[in-house]
Amino acid sequence: MKAIDPHIHMISRTTDDYMRMTISGIHTVAEPAFWAGFDRASADCFRDYFHQLTVVEPARAARFGIKHYCWLGLNSKESENLTLADEVLAIIPEFIDRPNVLGFGEIGLNKNSKNEMAVLERQLAMAAARNDLVLVHTPHLEDKLKGTRMIMDMIRNEPRLDPSRVLIDHAEEHTIAEIKDRGFWFGMTLYPNSKGSPERAIDAVEIYGSERLCINSSGDWSVSDPLSILKCANEMRRRGHGEAAVNQVFYENPKSFMGQCPKFVAN
Amino acid sequence: MSAPYGPMRAIDILDLYFIENRSRIMDIASFLDRIDRYEGADEAKADFRYQAFLQILDITRDTPRDRAKAVQVALSDPTTEPLDSALGMKAYGAWKGAAK
Repeated sequence: MKAIDPHIHMISRTTDDYMRMTISGIHTVAEPAFWAGFDRASADCFRDYFHQLTVVEPARAARFGIKHYCWLGLNSKESENLTLADEVLAIIPEFIDRPNVLGFGEIGLNKNSKNEMAVLERQLAMAAARNDLVLVHTPHLEDKLKGTRMIMDMIRNEPRLDPSRVLIDHAEEHTIAEIKDRGFWFGMTLYPNSKGSPERAIDAVEIYGSERLCINSSGDWSVSDPLSILKCANEMRRRGHGEAAVNQVFYENPKSFMGQCPKFVAN
Repeated sequence: MSAPYGPMRAIDILDLYFIENRSRIMDIASFLDRIDRYEGADEAKADFRYQAFLQILDITRDTPRDRAKAVQVALSDPTTEPLDSALGMKAYGAWKGAAK
């Protein structure tokens, strides 16, 4: 089968991972800008990071026949520092028009603080002014429900943003219905320990339907699995779902969402 | 069990997932036993996370449907106001405010 991983942090993965992905059918990936596992010292670190996402990583992926797209923005974990935020947001226009950049992401909230909200609001305005797509990071664990609602309210307050051009990621059982009801796309993340499992993701497909759903690995520098979307596809298949339905979730859906950006062409 | 890759019935779901979920329950039972065995068990059992854990075990057993959503909601921060600052804050997996 062919599959697209719409959220994976390939700069943290090895060339062995690229090889396993490409021979398994994952030929297109998208990498949101996020936290590196530590707080960066200055905006110059982000300049290097954005260069890596827009020049270095697509070239590395291309060696394996994989198309690499990315999203740019300041992540919520590093948004508490407003001075840093000012500096990072100022350099984003240097990179946002590069050929593999799909829009702003993953921007959102982490602990649902006032500074996080202020930085998110500015980035939503930047995306709205350009009519860019938005990929939203929602908080983890006990902060997710509150943060998801706050984020959706903020987007609703930016009338230039069309919910059908925004994907609210890391959705779980308690947030999916509200996200869908408001017209957004929703993402489900597969993590071996701390987030969703293939079984729970396919439960969601069965309960809520596959419309406006993208399933991702969010593979990164922590415990994660760059083949997890294929394992999830297999979970869907072994429950008796047909190949067309599996293809819809793991290839056509991410292609439809990201294809709203004219730069995106799926392998 | 139905043929692989065919429509399934509830008994097929039980067949397919029983053993692995039995194992998960054994991990949970062993986790609680481990806390009991180690020094300072009373302190750990008074922690908001342990108390939340017991609560979600009850929810899992007693809620007639939509158990996963009920567990998620029980562990969530129910407040609506933003935090003044996120400095030094982290997520625990259960809402600390529930213990106050």
